[in-house]
Amino acid sequence: MTGLLLPAMAAVATLLFALGLGSACLTGPAIGSHLAARGSLLLCGLGSLLALAQLIANPTAATLAIGIGLPGLPMHLALDGLSGAFLLLLMLTGAAASAAALASHGADDRTAPFFPAFLGGMALTLLADDGFTLVLGFEAMSLASLALVLTDHRNATVRSAALLYIGMAGLGAACLVPAMALLAPDHAAADGAFGFAAIRAHPPDGWRAPVVFALVLVGAGSKAGLAPLHLWLPPAHAAAPGHVSALMSGAMTKVALYVLIRVLFDLCGPAQPMGWAVPLVLFGAFGAVLGGLRANLEADIKTVLASSTVEHIGLITIGLGVALAARAADLSGLAALAFGGALLHALAHGLFKSLLFLAAGATQHAAGTRRLDRLGGLIHRMPRTTVLVLVGSAGLAALPPSGGFAGEWMLFQAVLAAPRLGGLGWQVLASLAAALMALAAALAASAAVRLIGVAYLGRPRSPRAAAASEPEFPVIAALAGLATASLLVGLFPGATLRLLAPAVKIAIGDGMDGHAGWFAIHPQVDQPGYAAPALALLLTLAAVLVTLAVRRWTVAGERRGPAWDGGFGDPPHWLPFGDPLTQYGGASFAQPLRRTLAASLMGAREKLDMPPPGATRAARFAVTLRDPSARYLFARIGLWRGRLSHIADFMQFLTIRSTLAVMFCALLLLLAAVAVLEQL
Amino acid sequence: MALLAQGLHVVLMLAAAPCLVGFIRTLKARLLGRRGPPILQPWRDLVRLARKQPVLAENASWLFVGAPAAAFVATLAAAALLPSFARGMTTSGLADLLVIAGLLTAARVILGLAAMDVGTAFGGIGASREMLFATFAEPAFLLVIFTLSLLAGSTNLDVIAGVLQGPNIGLRVSLGLALITMLALAIAENGRIPVDNPGTHLELTMVHEAMVLEYSARHLALIEAAAALKLLVWFNLIAAIFLPFGLAPPGAPVAGWALGLLAWGGKILLLALALAGFETSIAKMRVFRVPEFLGIAILFALLAVVFLFVSQGFA
Repeated sequence: MTGLLLPAMAAVATLLFALGLGSACLTGPAIGSHLAARGSLLLCGLGSLLALAQLIANPTAATLAIGIGLPGLPMHLALDGLSGAFLLLLMLTGAAASAAALASHGADDRTAPFFPAFLGGMALTLLADDGFTLVLGFEAMSLASLALVLTDHRNATVRSAALLYIGMAGLGAACLVPAMALLAPDHAAADGAFGFAAIRAHPPDGWRAPVVFALVLVGAGSKAGLAPLHLWLPPAHAAAPGHVSALMSGAMTKVALYVLIRVLFDLCGPAQPMGWAVPLVLFGAFGAVLGGLRANLEADIKTVLASSTVEHIGLITIGLGVALAARAADLSGLAALAFGGALLHALAHGLFKSLLFLAAGATQHAAGTRRLDRLGGLIHRMPRTTVLVLVGSAGLAALPPSGGFAGEWMLFQAVLAAPRLGGLGWQVLASLAAALMALAAALAASAAVRLIGVAYLGRPRSPRAAAASEPEFPVIAALAGLATASLLVGLFPGATLRLLAPAVKIAIGDGMDGHAGWFAIHPQVDQPGYAAPALALLLTLAAVLVTLAVRRWTVAGERRGPAWDGGFGDPPHWLPFGDPLTQYGGASFAQPLRRTLAASLMGAREKLDMPPPGATRAARFAVTLRDPSARYLFARIGLWRGRLSHIADFMQFLTIRSTLAVMFCALLLLLAAVAVLEQL
Repeated sequence: MALLAQGLHVVLMLAAAPCLVGFIRTLKARLLGRRGPPILQPWRDLVRLARKQPVLAENASWLFVGAPAAAFVATLAAAALLPSFARGMTTSGLADLLVIAGLLTAARVILGLAAMDVGTAFGGIGASREMLFATFAEPAFLLVIFTLSLLAGSTNLDVIAGVLQGPNIGLRVSLGLALITMLALAIAENGRIPVDNPGTHLELTMVHEAMVLEYSARHLALIEAAAALKLLVWFNLIAAIFLPFGLAPPGAPVAGWALGLLAWGGKILLLALALAGFETSIAKMRVFRVPEFLGIAILFALLAVVFLFVSQGFA
């Protein structure tokens, strides 16, 4: 039976591509988009079951060669524990996103065929067993998601976000393709040179290894949103339709992390120099703080969520760095703890972030806007959505006993144990990383309070927000499914880790033995750890006790009256929801952080333009933010590009004689180069 | 036995928390030359609030109604996990410092959300400042946990208290620095002077009192009880880590608890005296000074970790 899992999974991926092609060929785009959504839902549901079966049965890794691809180079597919874990996340979020796509009402008919292709590209990347297939799937994923980002292409901000995205995707491809070429060993059979089995037999050595590491870190890291290459992520994830951004944040960033894990932990051999882990930890910590801070400052709910994705990817990367270093230092217990934490957090983040993005899409549909300063009071109009958003945000803020807390708890434990890696350097790095992770976690909690408090609580800030209504059944069902899954992960992190243990075994060579019990996770064997079910039991007990006490000893019932608000008078009657400007909004909530942390880190500047006394015009307030990666990295690159093109510009204004001379010289040089190469 | 200790501990925490607040108030009044209210006054206030019917704002949602109880439950769970007079209670396996920090964060997030629910300016300003303070307090707390986990090899409070109780710890510079950090954090987290003034909401830098301005009757009672419990949780945390003397070891006979109870009372009284003395001798600071205050706490915590590394390196 287990032998059928890989062919079935390959069939699911192929059918997803076929579905994209088929729905594009159908005459009416509305029918096509419906077919794409329904078909993806069916295939992703099937895929989740297959991935679950793979993880539970955990058979020996199967491989499959398909005779299509480059001439003489069949595509190799494989299914093992690591790809199974990520396929489970992909298929779960994919099913939820497809269900939400059912209710998209023709807003994205033109790009709907790309949706199954996007899913198929991600599945192909996860199933790949050779470098060529991996790059093929990765690029299919990039291009399909680019088309999906461009759904609302008439909007100029969407176009500029897509431009930045395609630029970064190009950079990713320019790094991944040479990385795969360098991985292929020299003396392997021609048809199997790119195969992962051949690479594992001869992992890269000498100068190749660090080059491969750097290329994969840039290529996959930029796609995952690892700082400082995260600049494209917030605008692109905000520009796409809700169900697409859910997949991009929940699944695509994880697929990029999978590529990083597959190359660093599996293909590059059983041990790397410990120095490789340093950039992972440093960039991860930087991204965690930066993403958390940006999530507190942005004015658009989807940009807030996308910034928080940058934060969580940073946390996961820190865990991967610690795992890599611990594996090199032969501390397999610590390595398993760090890697398991990273994997658990990736799964939990994928689930709750997809939930929040789907809810943001539904909110945008219901209230007509994503801007925090035009929302508010949605808890009264969208009660069910708000409850589900609260469940997701508990994960975002890492509150116990949510899924986010379990993952971050393990990552914290791994970093707290990292000084054992030895040397003052690692000890200082670990303490720095721990402090920055705590800062990021606190920033995430603050961002969650701001997001929910401004968008879903309080009074409505616009008529559209006051008239919002609940989304349709498929969306609510998708949200509820994701909420249930993330609650299960949060309540049973030990069982989830046991499920993910095959993936840990592949990367670390050691399972989660002793770390993951059914009901608890332990930082070290035979030590007290974090028992989520017991904690939930304790909380339930306390809740029952408090409820009984309140029933017994306090007066029942309540009265309603106008808000006290420190004794302010009633708002004027032409403002039915009260004076909207006396309510705290997104910009005002962010003010304390803007003046303290963001003034230096994000270059936040406030500009207040007050009219002189007696003038009747309105006062104006403007905030400017500049991401440090834009300021110090991208702006510099842009500057140098401008200078170089300025220098190269003189070629365009040469006389005909000079042009011919240049061409002649170039030809001579080329011939000389060929002659020299022939001699070698 | 463990269950009995656990029950006694929870009852003790619940009963003592309002008394502690009353004791500090009386002490402060005496230091200022006033008579002050009786120590049981906070209990009387709770009873008075419980007898009244709450008035809710017209647009208050279910979240506003449920938040006080939820915040109290989270604080109570944190309180139940800490060892007070004996180690090895039923929940000792759960008493992870990160979990306790998470529960306190959960209580803070719940109250912050409730403050935003009615949509008044006071609630928003309180919530935003509370989250700002937490942003700076959390790294300092984690660095203290880092120091302790390096010393004890675990983040479990029960294990840490046991190790620090042992003979081979002695006086350490790191522990002193961590103690300073924890004291600063206790002041900031509980909204005491100089960070916030618990006595009034008529201050320009209001934080906690502004958040709960819309609450009345049983909801306010739950919030005040949770605030008192939180103060006791922080006192207890400091006592269990830095003053673990007299803590009854696991499996100690009931007679051993008496010493533990006596020591516990003494420690809490000592901390209350220190807090009252500190509060009467210092003025409240501006709200944007608080990040600097907490920044110094982070610095001390970082120094604690570095000192530990250096001392272990030379040992």
